[in-house]
Amino acid sequence: MKREKQLLKGNYAIAEAAIEAGCQSYFGYPITPQSEIGEYLSTKMPELGRAFVSSESEVAAINMLLGAGSTGVKAMTSSSSCAVALMQEGLSFIAGDEIPCVLVSVMRAGPGLGYIYPSQGDYFQATKGGGNGDYKLVTYAPASVQECIDLTYKCFYVSQKYRTPVCLLADGMLGQMMEPAVVGEYPYEEIDQSDWALSGAKDREPRYIASIERDQETLRQRVEKIFEKYNKILEKENVFEKYEIEGAKLVITAFGSIARIAKAAVKMARKNGLEVGLFRPVLLNPFPEKIVKEIAQKIDGFLDIELNCGQMLQDIKASIAGVANITVEFYGRPAGVMMTVEEIYKQIEITYKKMIEKKYGTACI
Amino acid sequence: MGRIVLNRDRCKACYLCVAACPNKVLEADDKVNALGYYPVKVNPDKQCVGCAMCARVCPDMAIEKVYR
Amino acid sequence: MEQLVYKKPDSIKDDFKITFCPGCDHGVAVRLVAEVLDELGVRERTIGIASVGCSVFSYDFFNVDIVESAHGRSLAVATGVKRSKPDKVVFTYQGDGDLASIGLAETIHAMTRGEKVTAICINNTTYGMTGGQAGPTTLLGQVTTTTTKGRCVEISGYPLKICEILKEVDGTAYVARVTLDSPQAIMNAKKSIKKAFEAQLKGLGTGFVEILATCPTNWKMTPKGAHARVRGEMSAVFKPGVYKDRVSEV
Repeated sequence: MKREKQLLKGNYAIAEAAIEAGCQSYFGYPITPQSEIGEYLSTKMPELGRAFVSSESEVAAINMLLGAGSTGVKAMTSSSSCAVALMQEGLSFIAGDEIPCVLVSVMRAGPGLGYIYPSQGDYFQATKGGGNGDYKLVTYAPASVQECIDLTYKCFYVSQKYRTPVCLLADGMLGQMMEPAVVGEYPYEEIDQSDWALSGAKDREPRYIASIERDQETLRQRVEKIFEKYNKILEKENVFEKYEIEGAKLVITAFGSIARIAKAAVKMARKNGLEVGLFRPVLLNPFPEKIVKEIAQKIDGFLDIELNCGQMLQDIKASIAGVANITVEFYGRPAGVMMTVEEIYKQIEITYKKMIEKKYGTACI
Repeated sequence: MGRIVLNRDRCKACYLCVAACPNKVLEADDKVNALGYYPVKVNPDKQCVGCAMCARVCPDMAIEKVYR
Repeated sequence: MEQLVYKKPDSIKDDFKITFCPGCDHGVAVRLVAEVLDELGVRERTIGIASVGCSVFSYDFFNVDIVESAHGRSLAVATGVKRSKPDKVVFTYQGDGDLASIGLAETIHAMTRGEKVTAICINNTTYGMTGGQAGPTTLLGQVTTTTTKGRCVEISGYPLKICEILKEVDGTAYVARVTLDSPQAIMNAKKSIKKAFEAQLKGLGTGFVEILATCPTNWKMTPKGAHARVRGEMSAVFKPGVYKDRVSEV
């Protein structure tokens, strides 16, 4: 593996990071805009003596992942939108079974087939899930090709450490764009899985991995234990970016590739004297509500920007419940045309003005 | 000459063993077991040959051992 | 000198719990699988896949590592296990609804890939766990809770013949249909189950056994009467026999 900076496409970066992280098994079904991941791994994995299966469907892929993960190996699948929809049943089982594995979800525009344009329309799909029952799909959202690599590592680590499915939520723009990045060494410690993983009942009692539980009290305790893990993940594995938050009156909230464009717009706003900052959650689920609330107590308003109709917006609103006199504005569109820095800057100006007017009654920008 | 070890509390009274036994050694008990069934019992007047047919057809593994 | 001629197989737990209804063939099928694992000496490196249906409580009796699968996905889960740990012996224990209805795609594709796993399918012509509804193998004319006047072609189509389909799939190395309606049939079934595991152990491909089994509760029959049905109308449609045997060829 080359350790120097190279020009890498997001999808290949994720695939190379998976190899570097020690991913032992990959299962997937092609769907644009993430097919390069499977294409790349179809050659690399067998060369390394690792498992690659082009599955008959995403339903099969996620269940192969369940089987692989149950043996304690690092396992991954990658997919997109309408195909990730097919994986929801499996994700619920994997969460209930407490099996570690990684799902790379490269969002396209929806609903239905939509198209392969960049979109952030699957924030709800990742963070609110479509699978049944009480569980969370731990989700990290990268904003650059470098982060595609670093967070793929993080996803493997967190999944193995906490025995939970973890999602890397990228979008078509990140998957398809090229930029300089370094595939560094996997930076995390290896987590021993031998005390629970299936390996054959040799010199020990047989183990079973299941979500089914006939005793109601045991079932309750099991789900509560799973939720304790989410709290721990939020506490210990949280990743976020705060930019120019100190002294800001208006804070932009955005995630993934949109946050990157928003950051450039914030720089522009600062240059023009507007007191604007950016908060970018990278860990989207569990959502960093406390941090958002702390920020809310020091500012006049949020402008949430997403390439969807306002999905993370719901989590922002829920986070600031009880905070008085705060404006929450939203700017976004469902899919397709990427936002420009100028476009976001203009929106910052409008919101800033509105917010100040609301507070002081007159325009004083 | 043979002998079976029967766990009467595992028997669910399907009586497939009664039909399978060539010497009619097994028959229904008139006392219920822990599961609430009338399990099979060994008729001491009949001679078991230790063919293990009863154990092979038993879906509940209630016949734990067969000796010959 | 008295000799022990039968005992509970080691691949069944000492404190096992048989969760099936009285007279249900599942119990015999489970025991045969366990006896084969014992005889092949593979218990300690076996990983079983429990499917949804009456077989979901496999971990109550099998003395091997078990992972649960969602309904129909057992052979996808088995693929994930086997590809990740090729030295393990992997088997699925599924019902006909699981393997041939909701999971037919997973079944055919795992076998098309020739996954080196063993699949055991209990065909009892009904969805037993949910109370006896019509499934993919329900016979024409059979009364169930969803074919109250008997299965008719106009509404429900035809019963699916699993072995006849799977023998045509190139990746299968052993395909057989057996019954458990007599001591002799049970011995014969065990031979087939053993072959289906040997197909895996020899790396020939997927081993498959369909077991025509009774569901006395939902058929509303005595266990003995249910066996008569297996011998009669069930065997007339689903013909028992070895459909493919590459294990004996090598």
